[in-house]
Amino acid sequence: MNQSDPGTMKTLGVYLFGQAKKLSLKFKKAPTMKDLMMVYYSEAKSAKITGRKVAWITSGGPVEPLIAMDVIPIYPENHGAMIGASKMGAGLCEKAETMGYSNDLCSYARSDIACATVNGGPIGGLPRPDMLVCCNNICGTVLKWYETQARYFNVPLFILDTPFCHTGYFDEAARYVRSQIDEYIEFIEGVCGKKYDFERLRQVGLLSFEGQKLWQAVLDTAAARPAPMSAFDAFYHLALIVTLRGTKTAVRYYQNLLAQMKDRVARGIGVVPDEKYRLLWDNIPIWPRVRWLSQKFASHNACLVADTYTSAWCGSMKYIDENRFIDSMAEAYTRIYLNIGVDEMAKTVIEMIDKYDVDGLVLHSNRSCKPYSFGQLDIERIVGEQRGIPCLMLEADMVDDRSFSESQIATRIDAFMEIIKERAKSRN
Amino acid sequence: MLTAGIDIGSITAKAALVQDGKIIGTKVIFTGYNAEAAGIKVYEETLAEAGLDKSAVAKIVSTGYGRNSVKFADRAFTEILAHAAGAHFVNNKVRTIIDIGGQDSKAISLDETGKVKNFVMNDKCAAGTGRFLEVMARALEVNLDEFGAMSLKSEQPAKISSLCTVFAESEVISLIARGEQRPEIIAGIHESIAARVSSMLARVGIVEPVMITGGVARNEGIVHALEKKLGVKIEVSPYAQANGAIGAAVLAATL
Repeated sequence: MNQSDPGTMKTLGVYLFGQAKKLSLKFKKAPTMKDLMMVYYSEAKSAKITGRKVAWITSGGPVEPLIAMDVIPIYPENHGAMIGASKMGAGLCEKAETMGYSNDLCSYARSDIACATVNGGPIGGLPRPDMLVCCNNICGTVLKWYETQARYFNVPLFILDTPFCHTGYFDEAARYVRSQIDEYIEFIEGVCGKKYDFERLRQVGLLSFEGQKLWQAVLDTAAARPAPMSAFDAFYHLALIVTLRGTKTAVRYYQNLLAQMKDRVARGIGVVPDEKYRLLWDNIPIWPRVRWLSQKFASHNACLVADTYTSAWCGSMKYIDENRFIDSMAEAYTRIYLNIGVDEMAKTVIEMIDKYDVDGLVLHSNRSCKPYSFGQLDIERIVGEQRGIPCLMLEADMVDDRSFSESQIATRIDAFMEIIKERAKSRN
Repeated sequence: MLTAGIDIGSITAKAALVQDGKIIGTKVIFTGYNAEAAGIKVYEETLAEAGLDKSAVAKIVSTGYGRNSVKFADRAFTEILAHAAGAHFVNNKVRTIIDIGGQDSKAISLDETGKVKNFVMNDKCAAGTGRFLEVMARALEVNLDEFGAMSLKSEQPAKISSLCTVFAESEVISLIARGEQRPEIIAGIHESIAARVSSMLARVGIVEPVMITGGVARNEGIVHALEKKLGVKIEVSPYAQANGAIGAAVLAATL
């Protein structure tokens, strides 16, 4: 779509908005993820016509203050996952490299930066932002990435700086982050041109907490044998807790999903037919190869029952006080999985190994995501020492399928499963 | 019972025949572009040399990158399991295996019973593999078979710091241009491979006895560099290249 052509823009906007309206009317109950994402992106794409503001925000950023002001949050990382899953990553990454970005740079950043210039990708690019919100609790790359986009779109950028929590969360950090939340509120007021609605934020906070509780409960159902869902399903159902956290839509969706999963557990239905082995996944999915990987593991009767990635959107719930949302969210957003020390991460992994009773750990060493991949060798070692289960390291990338070598990865998975099967045999 | 193992690697295809705990015959040929044809050829030639007919073979196991292209095999196992079985067959005390093949190198740890405990393979990179040595041999205009003996003459190995095959090749070329002697350069290449392989070994944990398998095991310079780096004695498999195929034949007897 050519942005310089307002006529086309308007026609498309009205069309998409109409579609979204139609869809939302149709959803008397239980819309699918696909429907909801269609409505979500349609609404965002028609925001100019409906007069709503659009904010691009990092995946670990505090979205509730935006939702409370009726701003539509857009997640370039979620879009990056869609690009990866549609196998459009390599093309957009090449485009970014042509623009001068190194192929060592995160492939979410590369595909987003490239996509903004050509409106490519599976949904023809993201709607133009009115503001950018960048929280560095997930990585440092987002700072430069969002600065680049702020210059490109010429829109204001808010940076929420969350200090790294090596061992704990201290008073200085708490005061520092909390004071930035106030600045964040002022920033949103400025862009929206209206007073902040704190009562609405209180309600959004309650819904956010409720949504996270439900998402955790959904993930918990995979502790059952056989697991009613796998990490591959979680990768799919994750989209709403990321994009629409703090809305009734997300709460309803996960209530429904939880009921479905509980029903499957009650009836003993497993997602992998004849589940024999249970595995834990670490790191962001290899989006272009999710289906291939899921089939590969299933062919060995192995189910990836849990992962450290999707649980990151409810992992810091323990720090949230739903009745003091605005105060406690500073801590919750600072102490997320990617912003803590390797020992803390290993502790989380060990807890998950026990909770989901897994036979092995699969670590995706993600060329794009340095903060996620950095401590993996240590985590592998700690898991080996403390739980003695086999660990497998797969080297790939979340979006850029040029970093995926099928036969090498197939051999590693086959060999890993041979070891797990042998161990199971000698146990029996 | 007579069983066969076929190991289709990236550079060579190997076959082995094992009967009642004895190796009847082994053969190594180049894989070429057609892995399936290479599997048939190496199998038939091994049988012919041993004077045996296909009908005498009870079970066949395939392994290696081309394991799934051996359509006549009863089952396929990965080369990790095959190398472990092969090394255990040759010496049942072996606890750690270093396997350096054409396109990958791996470290495998075994438990007391010969079962694979853990393994680590090189990442998407040819450095530290047989292919890396081939590239270096070409750059140095030395026959790869002479690499081992030549490097042992070295007094002060050159330093090869690049981790990438392509960059290491230009590094080697600039060392030649600087007048560095070939034995020193070759010894430096062996040390760089040994350093890479050692870090994989550290991840699985080194428990003696250690055995080296795979085509690169024939290079005594690599073995020497590894022994120096790790400070342990390394046993070279007498069937270096055919070790995976022997292991596959051993596994076939358990089917």
